[in-house]
Amino acid sequence: MTVLNANTRKLNALSDAELAARVARDIPDGSYVNLGIGKPTHVSAYVPEGREVIYHSENGILGIGPKPREGEEDIELIDASKRYVTAAPGAAFFEHSDSFAMMRGGHIDIAVLGAYQVAENGDLANWATLDDKFPPAVGGAMDLVVGVPRILIMMSHINRDGTPKLLKRCTYPLTGLGVVSRVYTDLAVLDVTPGGFRLVELTHGNSLADVQAVTEAKILT
Amino acid sequence: MDKRLADLASAVAPITDGVAIMIGGFGSSGIPFGLIDALLDQGATGLTVISNNAGAGETGIAKLLKAGRVARVICSYPRTPGSIWFEKRYQAGEVALEMVPQGTLAERIRAAGAGLGGFLTPTGYGTLLAEGKETRIIDGRGYVLEKPLHADFALLRAERGDKWGNLSFHATARNFNPVMAMASRHAVAEVRELSERPLDPEHVVTPGIFVQSVVEYRVRP
Repeated sequence: MTVLNANTRKLNALSDAELAARVARDIPDGSYVNLGIGKPTHVSAYVPEGREVIYHSENGILGIGPKPREGEEDIELIDASKRYVTAAPGAAFFEHSDSFAMMRGGHIDIAVLGAYQVAENGDLANWATLDDKFPPAVGGAMDLVVGVPRILIMMSHINRDGTPKLLKRCTYPLTGLGVVSRVYTDLAVLDVTPGGFRLVELTHGNSLADVQAVTEAKILT
Repeated sequence: MDKRLADLASAVAPITDGVAIMIGGFGSSGIPFGLIDALLDQGATGLTVISNNAGAGETGIAKLLKAGRVARVICSYPRTPGSIWFEKRYQAGEVALEMVPQGTLAERIRAAGAGLGGFLTPTGYGTLLAEGKETRIIDGRGYVLEKPLHADFALLRAERGDKWGNLSFHATARNFNPVMAMASRHAVAEVRELSERPLDPEHVVTPGIFVQSVVEYRVRP
């Protein structure tokens, strides 16, 4: 897959599946993980063999198993994206205030979330745009970012209209301040450091200059 | 003591115009569809609905919105696939929205049920959703003072109940139902199975003291 930058040069971009697999490589064995709505839900399919990762969903399940077989779906067994799921061996069900105690209380190790914008100081915007026509929807995002020590963002590097999503400062309403640990995009992996975004890796075939050209914030190396 | 009622209509009969009603459920699971339909027939209007979502398609809360019975929605995630009736009423200015982060929503409801005057949470600190609220810095970290959320009625969905009002749940249908039972003056539960025998005390999730009436509704959506 390719995207065009402002200079109409072609960049190599990971597909959603490749991006999910890239994030999954960094999920350690024995982690308790919350996957956000959208692209992050695909990460669980790519966790390498031999690792046991326990997935939490805000609606009251710890230990999400694989998708149910057709005809065996249970409308009362769903994940946060409202998809049918199963309960893995060792799973538990609980009510909402317990579920959010797990999140706010620092018991979940990693959350993988989508984003509209991420700033170089780690600020995250992923619940509201500036468009009044569309009601905002915060869900559990604000609770996750204050409670989970490692917040991984998984998103496209730029918007469909070519505008950047990795910014000096977010322009949309914030979800949390200084909460992002690492950003995985289709073009690069970047850590949020006290000095700003620091390059971890580039998608094969892209140069730093190519990726910097579609990034508002400065990328440190 | 016998909290059993013969039908859904008797269960919703005490609901009057302009009251605040908590409605259990998350996505498609744990929603008291039978009680909502009975409420629609009963005719109460000008309602404040407190629920995680604001309905989807033509069922549940979406039906109440479509019929123009809802004046105000307090929820965390109104915008879901198929939430057309909420969007229509919201964009026309016919329904007011109070957006609450999901964990804060659950905890405000729990605080009401537990007799607390509120709590301090890091969720939302520094964001738009904390504007106008008292804040405190504790050990260097910012917190927002959130107040309890009470309701006049709660409409709940449970798997099993007995004549004492004890409830147990199925899978992720538990979600907000237990805390909402605690926080409302009058909680009504539709249960898939109204047990002739008392529920095993070890398996009771919501103790009957929080529930005012139970009605059997065998339909599993």
